[in-house]
Amino acid sequence: MANKILVALDGSDGSKRALSAAAQHARLTDSDLVLAYVIDWSPYSFHTPQELEERHKRRESEIQRANDSVLNPELAALQAEGIKVETVVHHGKIAETLLELGDQQGVSQIYIGRRGESRMHTMIFGSVSAALVQTSSVPVTVVP
Amino acid sequence: MKRLFYILGVLLCSVTTAQAGIDEAINSATAPIASFIGQVVFFKIPIFGAQLPVVVLWLVVGAVFFTFYMGFINLRGFKHAIELVRGDYADPNSHGEVSHFQALATAVSGTVGIGNIGGVAVAVTVGGPGATFWLILAGFLGMSTKFVECTLGVKYRNEFEDGHVSGGPMYYLRQGFSERGMEGFGKFMGTFYAIGIFIGALGIGNMFQSNQAYVQLNSVSGGALDGLGWLVGLILAAVVFSVIIGGIKSIARVTEKIVPFMAIFYCLFAIIVILMNAHTLPQAISNIFNGAFTGEGVAGGALGAMIIGFQRAVFSNEAGIGSASIAHSAVRTDEPITEGIVSLLEPFIDTIVICTITALVIGTAQVAAPDFAGDAQGVAMTSAAFEREFSWFPIPLAFAALLFAFSTMISWSYYGLKGWTYLFGESDRGQTIYKLIFCAFVALGCVVQLGPILDISDALVFLICVPNILGLYFLAPIVKREMNSYFARIKSGEIKKFK
Repeated sequence: MANKILVALDGSDGSKRALSAAAQHARLTDSDLVLAYVIDWSPYSFHTPQELEERHKRRESEIQRANDSVLNPELAALQAEGIKVETVVHHGKIAETLLELGDQQGVSQIYIGRRGESRMHTMIFGSVSAALVQTSSVPVTVVP
Repeated sequence: MKRLFYILGVLLCSVTTAQAGIDEAINSATAPIASFIGQVVFFKIPIFGAQLPVVVLWLVVGAVFFTFYMGFINLRGFKHAIELVRGDYADPNSHGEVSHFQALATAVSGTVGIGNIGGVAVAVTVGGPGATFWLILAGFLGMSTKFVECTLGVKYRNEFEDGHVSGGPMYYLRQGFSERGMEGFGKFMGTFYAIGIFIGALGIGNMFQSNQAYVQLNSVSGGALDGLGWLVGLILAAVVFSVIIGGIKSIARVTEKIVPFMAIFYCLFAIIVILMNAHTLPQAISNIFNGAFTGEGVAGGALGAMIIGFQRAVFSNEAGIGSASIAHSAVRTDEPITEGIVSLLEPFIDTIVICTITALVIGTAQVAAPDFAGDAQGVAMTSAAFEREFSWFPIPLAFAALLFAFSTMISWSYYGLKGWTYLFGESDRGQTIYKLIFCAFVALGCVVQLGPILDISDALVFLICVPNILGLYFLAPIVKREMNSYFARIKSGEIKKFK
């Protein structure tokens, strides 16, 4: 069975750089790629009744958008090269969900782009890549 | 949209020029209407010297029946409710859908309102300390009614083609009866309920809230807002307008996020105040129990205290009114029973926890200084009880009251809207008309006196529990069957925890 590499994508430049590094890695080692888009979401948040009513509709359109504008464009190019690629869109806490997806897929490596947030932003919201590095059970490559 | 803001602005200016006596004029015009509606709905049966309103009896009998019929689901389901809210049974494949926690939080912020602060004070003033005991008991029994109505709400909800869902008593009344071969009656009941919730939303979920928020603001500002109710009302109406018509979601979102913390903050300080008065606590608790069975000094004695307690409990936790079932219908689950079980927690949080805490704050203050509140009633009385310990407390309390009122108004504008769309269809124009009416009543609420407002709100809200509970009796066997099957599958391990 080929190795699998998980790449976290969010449409940002950093995540594109992470993807190109991961693709290079996949070519050299003949590995498969899993492209993951995680939509930040907590089941313990507060909403108005109106938002609850529209939730299902919004969820569908969020997934659609992630597929259409971020995952699918990359998918075609990689597949043309002959790399085996899977895509997955999931709601949840970003770092935690990436690790769960990695576990489920049995990946041996995770690639993620560095967002380069300001120090203040990181202090308040934490850094996804730092959280991944701290808690992952497989090697994590943070691409600047 | 801009034009509507201009109209509001012009209204504001023209009213300013003729401010003298406006509050009074509106008040004297609405009072007789209110007392008439109140008399009709609160038709009272005199028994043993007490006046028993028929609707209160109706609700209590329903709650007792559902508690026994469902085999004390309010006790049995409690632990499972917490597991569900924690997400122990959440299917990972439904990521990003409305969770049990979110549905509960939304429904709770609709019910935790001024009733928890001011309604309890009203109960204690009219029904004596003993009313608290009956209030708690009513909360406990109400858990079963909530269970039945929220299960049905999810089971019979309506999923529209574009993916949005809406449900509630009007839908389960119509479909449930039609399944039992009573199509015509079901349609009638659904329509009856929809009219009731649409009009009732203007009372309990609107005028009562804005009125008490104004009273509290006025009292912390030392009466600086006397006679300016119309101004506060217009400002409140403008904010509600900006959220429900202007679509300024950020205001609603911020409110929904702050309200839970305000509720925790309120309970925390209430417990501190109770502890500071700890020496009077035993006396306060014994007053509650004694008053419950002797009804000393209460019109109608123990029965009088009981009626008041029950009435206020329903007014606060809305069990039997069916409103929460509208909020819970948004959850996509294959097991409607799970939503019912989660909803058990609402009367528990609202009545058994928050109302009891308020009652104890007032009760301990009464023991320490019987005349602590002077003439103050409602929220003002609760505020006075806090003020004895923390002189600065009325200001954050006024802020909390304002937020509670606001979030309740937002939730109820939605409930009322669902009644409206059931009756008049989903057209955008119709929805805007309803929302404008809603905003007008927000402003009106700040102008009229508390008495007539309470009469109107109570009357309208209790009116809709008539079709709702009647429907629940008919549909309860369906709920019972699903409940038994659900618990059997939990026991056999067919339904597993994911965590």
